[in-house]
Amino acid sequence: MHEMSIALAVIGQVEEAAGRAGDITAVREVRLQVGELAGVVPEALSFCFELACAGTVLEGAELVTDFVPGRARCAPCAHEWAVGMPPLLSCPRCDGGSTDLLSGRELQIVAVRWEDGRTPAPTREPIPEER
Amino acid sequence: MCRVVDLHQAVLAKNDRAADTLRAELAARGTTVVNLLSSPGSGKTALLERELVEARDRAVPVAALTADLATENDAERLARSGVPVRQILTDGLCHLEAGMLAGHLEGWLPTPVRLLFVENVGNLVCPASYDLGETLRVVLASVTEGEDKPLKYPTAFGLAHLVVVTKTDIAEAVGFDEAAFRANVERVNPGVEVLLTSARRELGVGLLLDRALAAAAGAPVHSPVMAREPHPHTHEHAGDHTDLAHDHSADDADHTNGTAAMAQPRP
Ligand SMILES: Nc1nc2c(ncn2[C@@H]2O[C@H](COP(=O)(O)OP(=O)(O)O)[C@@H](O)[C@H]2O)c(=O)[nH]1
Ligand SMILES: [Mg+2]
Ligand SMILES: [Zn+2]
Ligand SMILES: [Zn+2]
Ligand SMILES: [Zn+2]
Repeated sequence: MHEMSIALAVIGQVEEAAGRAGDITAVREVRLQVGELAGVVPEALSFCFELACAGTVLEGAELVTDFVPGRARCAPCAHEWAVGMPPLLSCPRCDGGSTDLLSGRELQIVAVRWEDGRTPAPTREPIPEER
Repeated sequence: MCRVVDLHQAVLAKNDRAADTLRAELAARGTTVVNLLSSPGSGKTALLERELVEARDRAVPVAALTADLATENDAERLARSGVPVRQILTDGLCHLEAGMLAGHLEGWLPTPVRLLFVENVGNLVCPASYDLGETLRVVLASVTEGEDKPLKYPTAFGLAHLVVVTKTDIAEAVGFDEAAFRANVERVNPGVEVLLTSARRELGVGLLLDRALAAAAGAPVHSPVMAREPHPHTHEHAGDHTDLAHDHSADDADHTNGTAAMAQPRP
């Protein structure tokens, strides 16, 4: 199932980030951005995520998905519209095909909330981001 | 202590990086990848068989990889063309990933190969999300699958560089409405070319090879609207985002900066 592969990719990346951060004892929440055109069903993803987290540092973590509606803009006539599902990607006003997709393809881990073994202190240790 | 850490990682970043690496490595050897996607039974293997024979007749060096959940039948069919063919068994995985493809090419990909055709797992959902390092992504649909197929699988059709209709020999018998199909393709992928083929009657055979050779020669391929990605980072930020390490660090209590809306701690 597609969403299982996506869930495993999310878990793998969070595990790696946790490994880099060091002494992460539990992940509480993973925040995802899922675009309308990302080809992912959020409910199915949540289901797979919960299953796949078992036995990892993410066990019990909540997956919060921020839905991003698809929006497009026509380059020639500047009309902007919600693409909908199934998406309409040619301009409904001038029928032009040179459309810019403004949003809707997002599929990214925005943030995580986790517990580390450190005691609260003013020193902040940066976590390197992967690019 | 509990902290919220900003990651901003594309979920498929690893695959995308592997695909870019593979594309560059293959380009350096003069090889271009063509990724073929469709539902099971649309006629990928049948058309590819013809295209491989056509390539052999034109003395174009090509090779093919075919992915299947469990059987080697497709590889046997394709191998009849006489070009190098390899089967990938995905063991139940419903799509190929760039790293898997790279692994199967290692020590196998002959030289020189101008075009490497990859028959993806029969599925229009997941393979659409995985870049395999291809230069040309081709989505096929047979005339028996209904004119609204592009609307049911908008990600697959929306990201195609080329759409191929198969089994046109039976179009009339099944009442295939070509205009409706084209309109639906146009809705999700304006400007993409649609080719009509029949492997059975040898109609339109060689067109796919022509398009692939043009792409390999550096001719611009179609740019799908859906693939024109905006800057993915859309949430509001208090600070700038140039450092590689912004940890919206802190315990829950003091997480009150501008990112709180997206990284709101649970009570
Ligand atoms: N009538 C007709 N049948 C075809 C054509 N191409 C493939 N088929 C049939 O469709 C079925 C599936 O074809 P296949 O190439 O295995 O599809 P794949 O699963 O996409 O690789 C087989 O029974 C083929 O004989 C065609 O051009 N015309
Ligand atoms: Mg096949
Ligand atoms: Zn317009
Ligand atoms: Zn950020
Ligand atoms: Zn899959």
